[in-house]
Amino acid sequence: MGYVSVKGGVDAIENAKELVEFYRVKNHTKPIEIKQIQSQMRLGIDKIMGEGSLYDPEYAALALKQMEGDVLEAAFVIRAFRATLQRKYYSDVIDTRGMFIKRKISSSFREVPGGQVLGPTRDYIQRMLDTDKYDENPEQIHEFLKEFNDKIDNDKLKDVEVYGKVIDLLKNEGLLQPVEENYDRTVKDVTREAVKFPAPRSVTLQMLARGETGGMMALGYSSMRGFGSGHGTIGELRYGEVKINVKDSKGRRRYIGKINVTECEMITKINTTKKSKVPYFAIGYGLVFGQNETKAICMSILDRGIRSGNPSSPSNNQEFVLYHTEGVEAMGFTNHLKLPHYVTFQSGLNNLREAVKRNIEEKESNNKFYKALSKERNKEKIL
Amino acid sequence: MIENKKFNTEYNFAFIDESTKKEIRRKLLKAICIPGHQVPYSSPEMPIARGWGTGGLHITLAIIGKEDTLKMIDQGSDASVNACNLRDFVNKTTGCDITFDTRDATIIQTRHRITEEKLSDKQIMVFQVPMPEPLRFVERYEYKTRQMHAEADYAKMWLTLYESYVKWGDIMQGAGYPVMVHNRYIMSPSPIPRWDIPNLEKSECIYLFGAGREKRLYAVPPHTDVKPLELEDVKFHIENFVEIFCASSGHNNAFMDEMYQDDGISKKYYVNDSNFLDKLLEKKEVMQHTNKYLNGLQNGQ
Repeated sequence: MGYVSVKGGVDAIENAKELVEFYRVKNHTKPIEIKQIQSQMRLGIDKIMGEGSLYDPEYAALALKQMEGDVLEAAFVIRAFRATLQRKYYSDVIDTRGMFIKRKISSSFREVPGGQVLGPTRDYIQRMLDTDKYDENPEQIHEFLKEFNDKIDNDKLKDVEVYGKVIDLLKNEGLLQPVEENYDRTVKDVTREAVKFPAPRSVTLQMLARGETGGMMALGYSSMRGFGSGHGTIGELRYGEVKINVKDSKGRRRYIGKINVTECEMITKINTTKKSKVPYFAIGYGLVFGQNETKAICMSILDRGIRSGNPSSPSNNQEFVLYHTEGVEAMGFTNHLKLPHYVTFQSGLNNLREAVKRNIEEKESNNKFYKALSKERNKEKIL
Repeated sequence: MIENKKFNTEYNFAFIDESTKKEIRRKLLKAICIPGHQVPYSSPEMPIARGWGTGGLHITLAIIGKEDTLKMIDQGSDASVNACNLRDFVNKTTGCDITFDTRDATIIQTRHRITEEKLSDKQIMVFQVPMPEPLRFVERYEYKTRQMHAEADYAKMWLTLYESYVKWGDIMQGAGYPVMVHNRYIMSPSPIPRWDIPNLEKSECIYLFGAGREKRLYAVPPHTDVKPLELEDVKFHIENFVEIFCASSGHNNAFMDEMYQDDGISKKYYVNDSNFLDKLLEKKEVMQHTNKYLNGLQNGQ
């Protein structure tokens, strides 16, 4: 009876569980330490925290280990875990102007206040397979870190300060304007209530911040290739640390820690329809956990597209974008096709067989009719 | 109980926290008050993937108490792997009793079937729903289907049924045949076969529907009118198992699984509902659902 053999289900699950564990460790290699994953798989961890919607590098590392390196599966585990945690506070709006900057670039201007800070990036490093990493040893790492630290001038570190934003330059000049004058500013919590469309911007931003990087990239890319709002310019992309404050039960503001975020502001030109109004700039906004620049950029493209008011392209349509970039849900539903569907299938099969039967009967009765008709005509001819 | 070892704390009874369970119960009450109407709810993430029964689980976990007895079926079978997994999860997080016997259960969570055995007013049946929106295949946007339901504007749906008849000589909808609930809302009964559709009407038990991924709950309370959509001259009919007998029990008045034999040509049929089949084989007394479609078949109409 296939995979529903009577009472076999429970045993099958137990065996599958054991087997998948065997596959994880079968080669007798040293177990990877959580600390190692947390520090050496930084970008994977950042992705898990973003898509898993929980800022906890340690648990993200554990999830990655558990799921044998599948980032989306790890994000799923983190989401399921976060759902068991009670929401005690809502944080204050984070101030990205006060970010401790690790990286900031602008493609709109050659030079911006505070300069272009390349920071940690592989953008300009040739992506050649680094065979030296094959047998990297702790001594090498130690040596590298020692050399690196020696190069740092501690006196200069005190000079690090907060930098103004590129978009403020445009704002001050009046070139940057809000697109919709009266858009819905309601703040919803997508983890606590179901989304209804059209949804306020807070929903768009929350869902995109939790969205799946690959899915968002596909739609963001389609938007730039001609199925959407077009090719914007990065006003500013910054990555760094921001402070999180919450209000406690007595209304006092409490500082609870810092998180790393990537923020992207995408500038696009808005052509006005009225003759009297001149075109202006508007921004699309992206903010994601950790360092995940692809996602932040695509988020800003999609945010702009959704607000363009022209839902003809998939990437400009709020419902389309938000439902289908929700990676954990998409993965679950696409995989549910593996579940047995034989009752459903039987129902359709029954219908189809009857339709085929009707079709054959119809053809036969048509044939009979035409045969009879041609006989009649032949008779007439003879007469 | 599952433990979170790091903080050495236990998960809450029935996994979901109390305030969320309360929210789900409130939404269920609303759903029962407006039969067939889809109520949005929080739909928290579960350690079970979306599309694998999370909506059903939310309902079951929100309503289950320590005294309850749970039966979990998938495609009519207690032994289906996903049903085993979900049953194990509910059992681990609540410690409630589990059963395969349809009559002993107070809550039955199901995917794609209603039991052959008739349910009583002491029982609740919880459906796992993949697509709660019956209009999704005629209108792709949620924003518009909500409006259509609000205005009871079902013209597109009727037209699709008519078109199906014109093209193929019948309403070709197989499982998940759309129904009209209490002459107001068109509702998706979840992908149960047409065989089960008549059993939704004027039932003794409560039918609750949960669509986790789409974040919607809805309900058919007892003694509610539930009519399959049909045209005046093109009638709804159930799957045809008239001359088909179960190879194991000899029974013929039940939904059957069709099984190709190893030769790849010959077929055998077995009663789909595993507990019903067990009872037939043990010659136990079973109260089956009755409806006019079944009688029609038996009279050879």
